[in-house]
Amino acid sequence: MEMADIFMLLIAVIAGGAALFVVTSANVVHSALALVVVLVGVAATFLLLGAEFLAWTQVLVYAGAVIVLILFGLMLTRAPVGPVREDNDNQRLAFGVSFALFAFLMVLIVTSLGDTTLLLTVTPTVGLAEFLYVEWAFPLLAMGFLLTVALVGAVIIARQEEGEGPLPDDEAYIDHSEVAPVRAGDSYAEPGFDPPRTTDRPTGVPARSDV
Amino acid sequence: MQAVFPLFFGALLFCTGIYGVLARRNAVLVLMSVEMMLAAVTVNLVTFGSMAVGAGDLILTGQIFALFVIAIGAAEVGVGLAIILLLYRNRATVNIDDADLMKY
Amino acid sequence: MISDYAWVIPALPALSAVLIMLFGKHMKGKGAEFGIAALGIAFLLSVFVAVEVFSANVQAVADLEEALHSEEGGGGEEGETEGALRPGQSVFDGVMVATTGLDGLRLAAEGEAIEIPEGISSFVNDDSVSLGTLGEGFELEAGQRVDGLAAMMFLLVTFVSLMVHIYSVGYMAGEPRYTYYFNLLSLFTMSMLLMVIANNMLQLLVGWELVGVCSFLLIGFYWEGRSNQSAAQKAFLTTKFGDIGLMVGVVSLWAQFGTFNIAQIIDDATHGLQAGGQTLDNGWLTFGLISLFIGAIGKSAQFPLQTWLPDAMAGPTPVSALIHAATMVTAGIFLVARIYPVYQQSQAALNVIAIIGVITLFAMGFLALVQDDIKRVLAYSTVSQLGYMVAALAFSYTAGIFHLFTHGFFKALLFLASGSVIHAVHSNNMEDMGGLRKYMPATFWTWIIGTLALAAVFPLAGFWSKDEVLAGAFTNGGYTGTVVWILGGLGGFITAFYMARATTMTFFGDFRGHSGHSTDGSVGTPHESPRSMKWPLIILAVPATLIGLINLPFERFHPTGFSAWTMFSLEYFEGHPAEFVVPLAIGSTLAALLGLALGYLMYRRYREPARDPFNNMGLATTVLQRKYFLDDLYSGVIMHTIRDRISPAIYWMNDNVIDRFVYLAGSSTRALGGGLYRVVDQKGIDGFVNGAGSGASWTGGLIKFAQSGNVQFYAGAMFIGVFVFAVLFAAAA
Repeated sequence: MEMADIFMLLIAVIAGGAALFVVTSANVVHSALALVVVLVGVAATFLLLGAEFLAWTQVLVYAGAVIVLILFGLMLTRAPVGPVREDNDNQRLAFGVSFALFAFLMVLIVTSLGDTTLLLTVTPTVGLAEFLYVEWAFPLLAMGFLLTVALVGAVIIARQEEGEGPLPDDEAYIDHSEVAPVRAGDSYAEPGFDPPRTTDRPTGVPARSDV
Repeated sequence: MQAVFPLFFGALLFCTGIYGVLARRNAVLVLMSVEMMLAAVTVNLVTFGSMAVGAGDLILTGQIFALFVIAIGAAEVGVGLAIILLLYRNRATVNIDDADLMKY
Repeated sequence: MISDYAWVIPALPALSAVLIMLFGKHMKGKGAEFGIAALGIAFLLSVFVAVEVFSANVQAVADLEEALHSEEGGGGEEGETEGALRPGQSVFDGVMVATTGLDGLRLAAEGEAIEIPEGISSFVNDDSVSLGTLGEGFELEAGQRVDGLAAMMFLLVTFVSLMVHIYSVGYMAGEPRYTYYFNLLSLFTMSMLLMVIANNMLQLLVGWELVGVCSFLLIGFYWEGRSNQSAAQKAFLTTKFGDIGLMVGVVSLWAQFGTFNIAQIIDDATHGLQAGGQTLDNGWLTFGLISLFIGAIGKSAQFPLQTWLPDAMAGPTPVSALIHAATMVTAGIFLVARIYPVYQQSQAALNVIAIIGVITLFAMGFLALVQDDIKRVLAYSTVSQLGYMVAALAFSYTAGIFHLFTHGFFKALLFLASGSVIHAVHSNNMEDMGGLRKYMPATFWTWIIGTLALAAVFPLAGFWSKDEVLAGAFTNGGYTGTVVWILGGLGGFITAFYMARATTMTFFGDFRGHSGHSTDGSVGTPHESPRSMKWPLIILAVPATLIGLINLPFERFHPTGFSAWTMFSLEYFEGHPAEFVVPLAIGSTLAALLGLALGYLMYRRYREPARDPFNNMGLATTVLQRKYFLDDLYSGVIMHTIRDRISPAIYWMNDNVIDRFVYLAGSSTRALGGGLYRVVDQKGIDGFVNGAGSGASWTGGLIKFAQSGNVQFYAGAMFIGVFVFAVLFAAAA
C-alpha cells in the first residue's frame, strides 16, 4: 500500500462520510456545506490521479459556483433552515436500491479490476488544452452553446411573469380589510350593491375600508 | 495506486446520490444528490482515463469527458434551480411529494 | 343541360341555413342576407331550369304534331319536308274533331285515341345517387326528377320564398329571434324543395316530414304565448295524423310495385303491372292511393283535417304567406300531381278526391264569413281554394296545378298585404281597421289586385285558373263533375263576398282605431309599411295580375301554353284539349262580381261586430263560429268518448279479464324465473361477470399504486431497472 492509496482511502472515508451526511441531515444548510466537503474530496481525488486542471476546475465550478448557486436557491425558496423532516416515505426502497447497487458494483470492481494498478503521472495542462481545442473542438463549441441555452432557459423559467401572482403569503398583498358580509342575505356579488353604513352595522365589525 | 480505491469512492458517491435522490423531500436536496452522482461519474471517468494512461499513450479522453460532465452539471444546476424556484412560486413548496398532480 | 344541376336549388337554402346558423348573428343583416342571396340565386336557377324544361316540352308537342302530320300526309319522305304549319293552324284540328264530345274525350283520356310515336316524349330529367344498399337489392337513393311539374314548383316556391324573405326583413325588424327566424325560413324552403325534387317516394316523405317540422317551429315561433304553442302542436299533430296515411300509402305502393322510384311506379302503373310482372290489383292500388291522399288531406288542410290551418295563423304573417302560398299546403296537391298517372288508374280514388275537394271548397268558404281576424279570413279562403285544386285534380291535372300556381302568387300577395296592414295597426282584428285606403295606398291597391284575382275576376290570374277547374269538371260531366262545377261556381260567389267583406272592413269607411284588441295599446294614424315590405307586394302584384295569361284556354295557345309546359306525358296532353265554356265563364264572373258588390254594399257602413249580419243568424252563426263543430268533434266527442267512456271500459277489461290471464302466466313464469335467477343467474352467470369485473378492479387497485404521482418513486423504479440491467450486462460479459 503506497502513500497514494492511504490518501485515497482517507479522502474516500471523509468525503463518503460527508456524502452520507448530505443525504441524511435534517438541516438543509448543513447538507449544502457537507456537499462542499464531498466536492472538495472529489477534487482531491482528481489531484491524486494527476488531473490537476480538472481538480481546480472542480473546485472553481462545483465547490465554488454551484454551491453558491444552491445556497442562493435555498434562500430564495426560503426552505426551513431548522431541523425538519426532509425525508419522504421512500427510505426503504431508496436504501434497498442504492445498497444493492453499491454491493453489486463493489463485487464487480473487486472481481474484475482488483489487481489493476494505476500509473500516476501528472497530466500536462498544455497537452490537455491541445487535445481539447484540436480534437474536441466541435464538442467544446457544442458545450458552449449548451451552456448559453441553459443560461437563457434558466433565466426565462425563473423570471417572474408580469401579472403572475405574488408570493402566496406575501404580507404586502394580503387584504386585511376584507370583512364578513354585514347581514345575512346581503351579497357583495350583486352589482350595484351598497353595503349598509355604520348606523345599522352590528358592533364589533370593522368598516370596509374600500367602499 | 490501486484502481479499486477511487472506483470504490465513485461507487459510494453514486449510491449515496441514488439514496438522496430517492429519499429526500426537499427538491434542493434532490438536486444536490444529483450533483453527487455526477461527481461520482467524473471520478470514474478520470480513473478509467488513468488506466489508459498506464498503457503508455497520452490519451486524455477520460479527463475531457469529465470536463464536459462538469460543464453539463453546472448547466443542470442552473436549470434545475430555476425549475425549483418556479415550483416554489406556484405551489409555495419545494417538497417533491407535494407535486403529485399526476397521482392516480 | 341546366336541369342536371337542379339539385342545387334545394341545396342553396340548405347552405344558407347552415351559414345563418354559423355566422348569422355576426353579419350586418343578422343572417337575412344569406337567405335572400340563396333564394335569389335559386330563383334564377329555377328560371333557367323552367325555360329548359318548358321549351323542351313545347318542342316535344311540336315534334308530335309534325310526326302525326306526316303520317296523315301519307308518305314518309314527303312528311319530312312538309313540316311547316300555317300559323294559327294546329294539326290537331283533325284530332279535335275526332275527340269532340264527351265520348271522344273519355277515349282520349284512356290513351286510345292517339298513338305517340317512339322517341317523342315529355321532358324528364331523372337522376339519382345511391346512398347505400339495404338488405337484398334495395337501394336507398337520393335523386332529382325534374319535369314540368317540378320546374313549375321550383319557380313558385323560390319566387314566393324570395319575396317572403325580403318582406320579412321589414316585418320582423327588431324581433329578438330574427336570425333564428331566417334560419327556419331557409330550412322550410329547403324542405319543400327537397320534396319537390324527389325522384322517389322515400325522399318525398323525408321532405314532407321536414316541411311538417319546420312549419311546427314557425307556427310556434312566438312560443311565449300559450295559444301559439297549442296552435303549433295542433298543426303538427293534425298533419301528423294525415302522415300516417301517407306512410301507409307509400309502403303499400312499395308492396305493390316493389320500388320507391316514382318513374318506375308510374311506368308500371300505366302499363297495369305490379312487381314481378303480374297484373295490377286495382283494389290494393286504390287503397294505397287513398292512403296517400289522406296524407294530402292533412297537409293540404282538406275536410275533415282542415282545422289546423286557421290556427296556424299564430305564426308570423310572412310565414303564413309561405305556408299558404308555396310550401306547406301545396305539398298535398303536389303529392297527388306527382303520381297523377297512377291516380288515373283508379277512378275510385279520383272520386274520393273530388268529393273531399268539393266539400272543402264549398263548406270552408262560409267559415270565412264570421271571422274577424283578417288572417283567418284568408286562411279559410286558402282552405277553400285548396278544395278547388283537389277537386280539379279529380278531373284535370293541368287545372289542378295551374290553380295551385296562380293561387300561390295571389295568396302570397294577400297574406303579405295583410301583414302590412297588421304591421301598421298592430292588430289582427278587422274591428281595429277600416279606412286604411287613405293611409296605405300601396298596400290597398295590391290587396285589391289580390282580392280580384282570388275572386276570379276577368282577366286576373284567378279567373283563368278557376275557370279551368270549372270547365274541367263541366266537360267531364258525370255525377261528381256536375257537383263540382255547380258548387265551385257558388263557392266563387262566396269567395267574392267574403273578400269584399274583408276589404270593406279593412280599407273602406273610417279608421276605427284600436278598440282594445291591439297588443300595445298605442293610438295613432297607421302608416305605409317600409320599402322592404312594400316592394314584394308590388312585385307579387304583377304575376297575380298576369300569370293567368300563360294558359289561355284556347286551342291556339294550347300547344305552347302552361298545359304543354307542365304536362307529365304527351298522351295526357293530347287527351285534354283546351276547354273554354263561355256560358260557364260568364256565369262565374257574374257570380264573382255579384258577390263583390253585395259584400261591399253590406259592409260599407260597418260599425261594430254586433251588427254584422252574419253574427245575427242564430243557429247558422253558431254552426259557422264553431267551425261546423269539427273541433268540438275532435276534442269533445272523440277525445271524451275515448278518454271517459272507452278508456275506462277497456281499463276494466284490462284489469279484470286480461290481467287474470296475465297474472297467472306471470306468477308461474315468475316462480320459474325466480328459481332460474337464484341458481343460474346469480350464482353462475353473475359469478363470472362479477368475477371478471371485480378481478379487473382488484388488479387495477394493485397496479394503481404504481401511479402514485411521486416522482421519486418513479425514479426508484428506474434505478431498480438500472440495477437489473447492470446485473444482466455483467452476467453477459
